[in-house]
Amino acid sequence: MVHTGGAMRRRMDHMRGWRAQLMRLTSDNLACRRGGRMVFTGVSFAVAAGEALLVTGRNGAGKSTLLRLLAGLLPVAAGRVGWDGGAPDQSVGEQAHYVGHLDALKPGLSVRDNLAFWTAWNGAQAEGIDAALAALALDGLADLPAAYLSAGQRRRLALARLVAVHRPIWLLDEPTAALDVTAQAALAQLMRDHLAGGGLIIAATHGPIGIDGARELRIGATIGAAA
Amino acid sequence: MSALAALYWRDLRLAVRAGGGAAIAALFFLIVVALVPFAVGPDLALLSRIGPAILWLGALLASLLTLDRLIAVDAEDGSLDLLMMTPMPLEAALAAKALAHWTSTCLPLVILSPVLALLLNVEFSAMPAIALTLAAGTPALTFIGLIGAALSVALRRGGVLLAVLVLPFTIPVLIFGVAAANAVIVGPAPFGPPFTILCALSLASAVIAPVAAAAAIRHGLE
Repeated sequence: MVHTGGAMRRRMDHMRGWRAQLMRLTSDNLACRRGGRMVFTGVSFAVAAGEALLVTGRNGAGKSTLLRLLAGLLPVAAGRVGWDGGAPDQSVGEQAHYVGHLDALKPGLSVRDNLAFWTAWNGAQAEGIDAALAALALDGLADLPAAYLSAGQRRRLALARLVAVHRPIWLLDEPTAALDVTAQAALAQLMRDHLAGGGLIIAATHGPIGIDGARELRIGATIGAAA
Repeated sequence: MSALAALYWRDLRLAVRAGGGAAIAALFFLIVVALVPFAVGPDLALLSRIGPAILWLGALLASLLTLDRLIAVDAEDGSLDLLMMTPMPLEAALAAKALAHWTSTCLPLVILSPVLALLLNVEFSAMPAIALTLAAGTPALTFIGLIGAALSVALRRGGVLLAVLVLPFTIPVLIFGVAAANAVIVGPAPFGPPFTILCALSLASAVIAPVAAAAAIRHGLE
């Protein structure tokens, strides 16, 4: 527990460093085209350090597309993504965590090895791995191959990356999907800690995810109204 | 452990595990080479003459066998997204993956080749030379295949396309690989020139292929 406390303290120190920089993620009239069809146009928002933005909309409105676009995994068709206050030589995607519908786990590797790889890949300290597993109640499963995990456990392991590697922006696509009530509460606590430490969260969701005061960005609403 | 080393070791571990493909490639190599004497008959002079060519063809097909999964697996489980979301260039990540593929798939073929040369009545003195040409030439096969693997991910087509795309580009490697091996067995051409060109092909493809493969993946983002 002493170890965990130390890791958490280091993490909080790290986050306070971010807050001093007054980070701000903005989007100006963003548009995305996929398969020759405009998924959305004219999406504008601004999220500052310590704020959360919930992206809502009907199925197919482009919630996941917006997150992938912010992560740099899709080309921007029009508009601009602005990012102030972070590391200037890195893109938004390089300073963001993206947890999408795919969990990026290798079934043949153990739970710890899966997380350890992503920790090493992102250049973070390996000491955070056990604390991250404990934060998502996976510490009892650390040596189990990921092939044997349930959908909720896989999702928790994907979310453990958020704790093991510190990045200021969290892009979460339906983060509560497949999670039980306890895990949802644990995730909500992690998100509140992240916001309190000066991080940013942009989450695509259909329901409340346990963050008070989060603003909502509804995309595809005009198209829905016209139909 | 540095990020690239972590990726290299992860891919190596996954390839060596059951179902990972390294053992399948080695077994495929063994079967292809073992089938040849049955197909051409027990003509020992003929077998020893075509031996290097058979070993090279077997190694080429065996190394292609698992190549279509090299990037496709990461694309399907979402790992590729995360591999791209770091300051580390995608080119370096792909080069590390190709090296891991070479170590897990081609290196065993190089080590096995002297044993399989026995089945083809290749002279004992020529075995190290054939293994040497395979060691020098198979990196080119892996790196050329890396471009095909990236294209098949970007175009969202499966493994058959990969073989069709990649095999024509392996012809120079095959020509100089077999020429160098034959130079030792039948002569009179010297071993040096074709072997040097083989090394050059490997080095050039190691530089060009990661750049081309990364360009293909970035272009395929949609």
